[in-house]
Parts: sequence; structure tokens; C-alpha cells
Amino acid sequence: MSKEVGETPPEIVEEKKTHSLLVDLFIRLVKEKPLGTVGGIIVLVLFFTGIFAEFIAPYDYKEINLMDTLQAPSAQHILGTDNMGRDLLSRIIYGARISMVVGLAGAGLSVGIGTLIGGISGFFSGKYDMVLQRFVDAFMCFPPLFFLLTVMAILGPGLLQVILVLGIQGGIGQSRVIRSAVIGIKENMYFEAAKAIGASPIKILLRHVLPNIMAPIIIVFSTSVGSMIIMEATLSFLGFGIPPPVPTWGGMLSGSARTYMFIAPWMAIWPGLALSIAVYGVNMLGDAVRDLLDPRLRGGLGRYGMTKKKKAQIEKLTRGE
Amino acid sequence: MSVYIVKRLLLAIPTLLIVAIIVFFSIRLIPGDVIDLMLAEQYAGATPYDRPRLEHELGLDMPIYIQFGRWLGFLSTPDEGYDGILQGNLGKSLWTERLVTTELANRFPVSLELGFLALIIGQIIALPIGIYSAVRQDTIGDYAGRSFAVFCIAVPGFWLATMVLVFPSIWWGWSPQMRYIPFLEDPVGNLGQFFIPAIIMGMMLSGTTMRMTRTMMLEMLRQDYIRTSWAKGLKESTVVLKHALRNAFIPVVTIIGMQLPIMIGGSVIMENIFCLPGVGNYLMQVITKRDYIPLSGLNLVMATLVLLVNLFIDLTYAYLDPRVHYR
Repeated sequence: MSKEVGETPPEIVEEKKTHSLLVDLFIRLVKEKPLGTVGGIIVLVLFFTGIFAEFIAPYDYKEINLMDTLQAPSAQHILGTDNMGRDLLSRIIYGARISMVVGLAGAGLSVGIGTLIGGISGFFSGKYDMVLQRFVDAFMCFPPLFFLLTVMAILGPGLLQVILVLGIQGGIGQSRVIRSAVIGIKENMYFEAAKAIGASPIKILLRHVLPNIMAPIIIVFSTSVGSMIIMEATLSFLGFGIPPPVPTWGGMLSGSARTYMFIAPWMAIWPGLALSIAVYGVNMLGDAVRDLLDPRLRGGLGRYGMTKKKKAQIEKLTRGE
Repeated sequence: MSVYIVKRLLLAIPTLLIVAIIVFFSIRLIPGDVIDLMLAEQYAGATPYDRPRLEHELGLDMPIYIQFGRWLGFLSTPDEGYDGILQGNLGKSLWTERLVTTELANRFPVSLELGFLALIIGQIIALPIGIYSAVRQDTIGDYAGRSFAVFCIAVPGFWLATMVLVFPSIWWGWSPQMRYIPFLEDPVGNLGQFFIPAIIMGMMLSGTTMRMTRTMMLEMLRQDYIRTSWAKGLKESTVVLKHALRNAFIPVVTIIGMQLPIMIGGSVIMENIFCLPGVGNYLMQVITKRDYIPLSGLNLVMATLVLLVNLFIDLTYAYLDPRVHYR
């Protein structure tokens, strides 16, 4: 028995499952989660805008035109211009790129850090866990914005610094989720079996633990993109994020813009609206993904080791109420 | 239970020590020397001889572990004896020479009032919608409620606040009071001033609580004892509010407590936009001026506050939920 569990079958089965996990997820998203699908479309639009900003934007984001300052929305400038005569639509389109990059890179980095800390802490329990968790405790005591602002004051403003700080801040918090997932995995027979046949800790971590915590990892990633985007905007708004002239949605609402907003309210509307729609879409998608992957919402049984038939039965039972 | 309390209190000590280490050594990472800054800003016409003198005055010529000990109040300083965190002294501002503790004592009530109002408004918004959303799962009402929750999370508070500043001013020439009114001077004016930032903060907080309420209610409504109470023929209001909500409410209480860090962050934004002289306003002030000693003191106080509140929540958890057993 233990040979069967420990050697070849898990590799094949797991690889097939991580693949089908994503495809299956997509199909179920479209079928079961209308709001999630709307979110997905918003995210796609955001990505498209961010990637092809040069081709979509009618003007350059830093093109100053002092003849056309504070123009109301018109055919020439669909969303109007700011106090330096820059086209707001173009700046918002370029701003999508910053939000996209910060959202993805920040969430990616934080998931990486979270998986590293959480994986080590959960896997090598005991003394390591005890010491590591006290550091995590200590970091989690700092209110996020206090931590971010203080570290940004140390590092100085910039895109890379923002991603780094957001990644570290988010990752330390997420390590808790990953840690408990890893501890859950350790209860399983195949984990014991892998240990019994003498697999090295690294092999067990990569082959047996990591594929099985993919669901929480995806959940953590998809739910943190939105907060990364909003945190970057907040930092830029407070003047500690990405410095001008780079157009960020948060930065466009701060600084000199605040004095001109009362004459040209469109300067205040569009960046915030773009930010809200983007975060709304990202969050809706993230929630749908979490609902689809979280076994807690499906009667307390894990996804793994369940046949499709059995799963359908359970779902029918839990929904039938 | 008492064993658990002791264990938690013992675990809090190393955590607090690590917090203090992080706070203290982060000052050392700051580019540029505090001495250079002080010499340049405050001691015009300083000679090179002033540098060692000032370093000695501030105790910066000692080894770093002695400085850390003095900062904490474990070791004595030559002039003032034991005078550090343990003695309740967080140092003073490099610019204004004012004690950090005095500043905090003046500013804390402002942030507390804002946070308290926001918390109440947040729950008034969140709980009814969350419960309704769960009871009428997958209906239009549920979708509207959940959309509103995500709206509260998605719309950044600083944008809402900006809108509140910009549009009433354009349409009606109205703008919120920007000079702080102390409560004892004019209670009505004070509450009126706090009301708008508190509503915006409350909305920011309510999204998470709303969704947590919904999730927990859904989980509870699927329990066997709920099926039993339906089968007994109880009214819907009894089943939902008496049987399900009571158990669903416990994790929601935790979430409300866990929102404290978010609340502190929200107060940083709101206090700066609406010019309220609270702790968040102080943070921005010391960061902009690179005033490192208050910055570290402020971070230490906030982290300790969050730690203690979390500890308190964990300990009250057992009283709220008799099913929870601590080892």
C-alpha cells in the first residue's frame, strides 16, 4: 500500500489535478458565478489597457499643453485635461499599467514570501515554528498603513520600493494561511508514506506539500491583488508611493491636483472611478475563485480525493437545504 | 483557561521585545545621520567639534546594545538615570522638543472618537445587510448586498472623502469644518465635524464585516440544529435571529476586533484629509519631517495597542463561545 501511495501515482495524479484545477475553475466560474465573470471581464479590460497603453492612449501621459489647461471633457479630450494641460484619459490609461504591475507583482511577491515563511514554519514545526511565528506576530502588530508609510520613508519613493514593501507586508500576513494549510497536509497518509520511504524534506515539500496547497495559494493570490492596488493608490495619494510624473490613480488625486479640483472636478472623478472599478472587478473575481476553491463552503470536505460523482452528491445535499 | 491566559501573556513578551527591536533598529536604517540633520537644522554655524559633543549628549557614542537598553529603560543613562520606554518615556521630537507622550495624550482622544463613531456606523451598515444576504442567498437582494459590500471595499476612502470635499463646495458652496472643534467647547459642532469622516471610515470597515456575517450565517444555516428548528415549525425570524445569528456572531466579533489596524490606517487618511489633529495626522507630520524618535515611539505604541487588543479578543472568545476550549 505505502509503496503505491508514496511512489509513482501521486506524481501523475497531482499533475493532472493542478491542470484540471485551473480549467475546471474557469468553467465553473462562468457557469456558477455571474458576478465573478463580470469581475473577470473587468480584469481582462484592465490588463489589456495596461499592456497596450501606448496604442490606446490618444496622447502621451506627460505631454504638457499649456494652451489647454483645465479643459472640461470634450471631443478633443474625452475626460478633460488637468492643470498642466495633460490629457486625463491618457493618464488614466497609463495609470492602469501601474495598477496592474503593482497588483500582480505585489501579490506575486507576497504569495512567494508567504509560502516560504508559512511552508517552513508549518513543515518544520516545533522550535523553528515557535521562533518564526513570534516574528510573524511582531510584524502583524503594526497597522498596515503605519508599517507601509514608515518603511516607505526609509526606502524613499519609487515603483520597486512600493512593490517590495507591499509584498513583504502582505506576505507575512499570508504566511499564516499557508502555514495552517501545510499543517493540514501533514495529517495525511501520503505525507507519512513519503517520509517512510525516506524522501528528503525538500522533495516532500516540493512534490507532496506544494501541489496540495495550490488551492489556498491561488485564493491568497487572487484575494490580495485588489488590496495591493488600493494600498499603492493610498501610498501615492499620501505622497509616499510612486512619484510624479508617472501617472498613478492615487497620485492623480493628490498634490497640486487637490487645489485645482474645485475648479475642475473631473480631475477628481476619473482616477477614483477607474480605481474603484478596477478594484471592484479584481475583488469580485478573487471572491469567486475563493468560493469555488474553499472547501469550507462546500460542506467541510476537501477537494482532493473526491470523485466527481461524490462531489456532485455532496453539493446537491448541501444546496438542497 | 487560566493556563491558556498565562501562556498567551508569556508569548506576548517575546513578541513585544521583537516589536521593540524592529522599531529601534529601523531608525538605524534611515539614510542620513540624525546628527547631520540636527546640526544642519538646529545648530547653525556648528563646528566639527560640536559633533562628538552632540553624539555624547544623545548617547549615540555608546555601543548599540547599550543604546537599545537605555531606550528600553533597562540600563541607566548618566544624566537622567533609568529613563526609557519602561519608565513611560518615548523620547522627544527632534524639531519641536516636545515629549512624544504629551503629543500622544493630546491626540489620542481625537482618533479614538473618530474610530469609535466609525465602528458603530460600520456595524449599523454591515450587520442587517450581511444577515439579509445570507438568508436570501442567490437572490437579487443578495447580489445587491454583496455588490454593496464589495463596493465598500473597492471604493477607496480617500476618493470618497475627496468627492465629499469637492462637490458640495461646487454645488452649494458648502465645505466641511477644517478647524478642529474640541468636544467640550461645542459638542454638536464636534460631532458634526466627525460625522462625515466617520461615515466614510464606517463604510470602509463595513465591507469586510458584511461579508463575514454573510459567510458565517450561511455556514450556520446549513447546520443540523437549524434544520431541526425549521422542522419544529419555528418562525423565520426566530430561526435566523435567535438560533443562527447567535452562533454566527462570535467570529464576526473577532473580525470587528481584527479591524483595529485597518481602522488606525483609515484614521491616518481621514485625519489628513479633514485636518483632525489625531494620531494619524501626527504620523504624517513626523514622517514628512523625518522626525525619527517620535516615529519609532508612535510605531511602538500602535503595535503594542494592536497586540493587546488581539490578546483581549482571544481571551474573551472563550467567554462568548462555550464550545471553545483552550489548552
